[in-house]
Amino acid sequence: MAKKDNIRNFSIIAHIDHGKSTLADRLLELTNSVAKRDMEEQLLDNMELERERGITIKAHAVKLDYKANDGREYVLNLIDTPGHVDFNYEVSRSLAACEGAVLIVDASQGVEAQTLANTYLALDHNLEIVPVINKIDLPAADPERVAHEVEDVIGIPCLDSPRVSAKTGENVGAVLEEIVKLVPPPDDRDAEPLRALIFDSVYDSYRGVIVYVRVMDGKIKPGDTMRMMATGAEFTVVETGYMRATSLEPSKQLSSGEVGYITASIKTVSDARVGDTVTTAQNPASQALPGYKKINPMVFCGIYPADGADYENLRDALEKLQLNDASLSFEPETSGALGFGFRCGFLGLLHLEIIQERLEREYNLDLVTTVPSVVYKIHLTDKSVVEIDNPSHYPDPASIEYSEEPVVEAHIYAPPEYVGAIMDLCQDRRGAYEGMTYLDADRVDLKYVLPLNEIIYDFFDVLKSRTRGYASFDYEMKGYQKSQLVKLDVLLNGDIIDALSFIIHSDKAYTRARKIAEKLKDNIPRQMFEIPVQIAVGSKVIARETVKAMRKDVLAKCYGGDITRKKKLLEKQKEGKKRMRKFGTVEVPQDAFMAVLKLDE
Amino acid sequence: MENIGLYLHIPFCASKCPYCDFYSFRSDRAFIGQYVDAMRAEIIKKSGEINCKADTLYIGGGTPSLLDFSQISLLVSAAKNRFMEGEGEITLECNPHGVTREFFEQISACGVNRISLGLQSANDGERRRLGRRADCEEVKRAIEYAQKSGIENISLDVMLGIPGSTLESLEKTLGFCVSQGVFHISCYMLKIEENTPFYKMRERLDLPDDDTVADMYLFACEYLENRGLKQYEISNFARDGYESRHNLKYWNCEPYLGVGASAHSFINGRRFYCKNDAHGFVRKPEYICDGDGGSFEEYAMLKLRLTNGLTETEVKSKFGFGIPKSLREKAVKFADRGLVLTDGERVRLTREGFLLSNTILAEIL
Repeated sequence: MAKKDNIRNFSIIAHIDHGKSTLADRLLELTNSVAKRDMEEQLLDNMELERERGITIKAHAVKLDYKANDGREYVLNLIDTPGHVDFNYEVSRSLAACEGAVLIVDASQGVEAQTLANTYLALDHNLEIVPVINKIDLPAADPERVAHEVEDVIGIPCLDSPRVSAKTGENVGAVLEEIVKLVPPPDDRDAEPLRALIFDSVYDSYRGVIVYVRVMDGKIKPGDTMRMMATGAEFTVVETGYMRATSLEPSKQLSSGEVGYITASIKTVSDARVGDTVTTAQNPASQALPGYKKINPMVFCGIYPADGADYENLRDALEKLQLNDASLSFEPETSGALGFGFRCGFLGLLHLEIIQERLEREYNLDLVTTVPSVVYKIHLTDKSVVEIDNPSHYPDPASIEYSEEPVVEAHIYAPPEYVGAIMDLCQDRRGAYEGMTYLDADRVDLKYVLPLNEIIYDFFDVLKSRTRGYASFDYEMKGYQKSQLVKLDVLLNGDIIDALSFIIHSDKAYTRARKIAEKLKDNIPRQMFEIPVQIAVGSKVIARETVKAMRKDVLAKCYGGDITRKKKLLEKQKEGKKRMRKFGTVEVPQDAFMAVLKLDE
Repeated sequence: MENIGLYLHIPFCASKCPYCDFYSFRSDRAFIGQYVDAMRAEIIKKSGEINCKADTLYIGGGTPSLLDFSQISLLVSAAKNRFMEGEGEITLECNPHGVTREFFEQISACGVNRISLGLQSANDGERRRLGRRADCEEVKRAIEYAQKSGIENISLDVMLGIPGSTLESLEKTLGFCVSQGVFHISCYMLKIEENTPFYKMRERLDLPDDDTVADMYLFACEYLENRGLKQYEISNFARDGYESRHNLKYWNCEPYLGVGASAHSFINGRRFYCKNDAHGFVRKPEYICDGDGGSFEEYAMLKLRLTNGLTETEVKSKFGFGIPKSLREKAVKFADRGLVLTDGERVRLTREGFLLSNTILAEIL
């Protein structure tokens, strides 16, 4: 088949912090895609949060013009991918839009968990891998060792790969040459009926949804009626074009092999789901491109406005975020303790944190969130099965025949001296050991099956601290397994605080209950009466603490100069009371909720 | 206009106590002289601007007893000439360390009729921990000199919750006060203020915990009351008729004028203060607005510091409306716990209520 010889579609894959976004910046500079004055660091990570955390949350794409050493002009389409397991599906769709992937490996760190996970993902999509060894400017850099490691561990030739420093710009030009040389050009399939893969979509308040696509077959132009093959929705194309680094560049059409955008007055991103195939109503393709999945949230939690009056604002904010994030789900729920709020579903804990932070920052909301939960399958004695993501809906234990919880298959990569520590941790988290492989003398791959609810809180943080930062971690969903579950209730002054209930494996109930009781005792300020803190399974109290009554809260000296200050203190105290959640007669500050969520080791 | 209280601030100390966050510093005699002159000028200037009389004068600090007798005399006569008619209450704060009999005779002669002495503790170990230089004998002598000079109205400051203190050591201090036959005692719970040496070393201070301090407070109230020193404010105790008239103005939400660096005023419904800058004060006193005062909320906040509390009659005569119903309703909740006493006329806090007054005020106001 004929090729579109001047096009190269590629993405960049790497373990977190190996320099993906910095290399992308350099490629933009080298191809003059950005005026110097517009250049800012990590240009593609244009969300404030992405820059702060040094991660890529959304996929981004940009068209680069490059005149190669062979004297020919090339179009290089860079499709940046999110760098976190929560967004694996988005990564897979971005990779499906490419023919090649630049694999960045840190010259001192070598191969890490996500290096492997992302490489395997790329190989699954038949991508040509272009290895690049980055950060050669670091004193600890050892490019030769790392190149051998890549060859040994991943099995791709790497000894002649470019050694670069994205930070200083050294040798980055070689990467562009390698892309032109190694990444295969796309097939010319202009004559086929249109099939374009959606790898991202973004809501824009003026144009509606901007759909980012890779055209696999056929052509699309303004005026065509586009059809989403999974949802069946149809729209009239308003504009097609290419993504430039800082703007959109309209085009007459998009044709096979190209990467670009389509606008069609689409109102929500859920009408243009990542992974769906775009065809035309006039000449529809018979079969969609493979790989579309409607992805289901894995982690749920309740999100409540700290101030009940903000309920409507919270709803508006969630709706706006959902315009841009089809994987965020939410529905109203009511909690006896927290009032009106929403049960929200997320791809993972990072996704949850990102949404929470965006709600707080971009929409200026004060939130109270409940303990995150996974989806449990509860098999009842009447043979029916209920899926529970909210502990308050946990059925009466007498009606339960057995329960199942979701598990993941996890790979942990670390130097051999930490194997003991990692095994202890996984053991503690109810992991089932599946095997251990020595990747080379310095690195082992530990395989475990772990319950998802054991890793959604703080697993990664603990893993990092126990291995002094050396371990890396990757997982994928494996399915459900039988489990002994119980629901723990927290009682303050005898009243159940529904927002603090959670589901846990019965072996862990006592330890967890004791920790929570202690945390609450330390975080609930003393009030005018004694407050019993009890943790119970059903009617059985398994841990108990007492918050002693407060006896002293007084300004002893109040003379001429103290009156204004005293007045301000009084205002502050009143304000503080407003921010407390009142449960019966007990006032609980939001910090106490957070403290329960973030139980330390 | 009703009579105001006049307050003069003397921001000088020989040394700074490690718990104190008041505006004060060590100065040379020459500057102290300039400062006193500036005070006199300002008293005269203010008397022209504010058309009212004062019936109390309070010279506080700092350490006013660091001034020469002649300087004190100049300040007192300026204040009397410009603001006072007849006999008023004239208080001078004194550091018992190093004061002489002559000093008391002279200040008594120029009109000072009340002194307030910083005792803090009758246990010398505790006093040293607080950075106080006088020992118990010196305090005794100061009281004796003052009494012999005709100043019978003497107040002692006592501190509760001193590092290392116990109920026993407190009992000894209170016993000392009573044995000296003073008519007034101020009993403050130590508060660790930011920007003090105590704040920096707070973890190592061996402070009695809140529950112990609460016990100390209740013990002190009981002990003093049984010996004729009746509580009239959260931290103040006096024989009948010897309550501090000047300080009562603060708690009754009445007007006062403060002269001197960092001194606060409440005049014609406005609160304002003079900048914390003694040198600036000598060049040109600068006043900073501190907002409106005298709202019902502020009035109630202050009145509830007093054992007399908030009365229907006074509220009505001052504001034209009675004690708000919502306040009464909320107060009843605390009455059930023994923190508030309330009847048709009055709402007031009990001793246990005083200890929790911040929380109670935040709830009922």
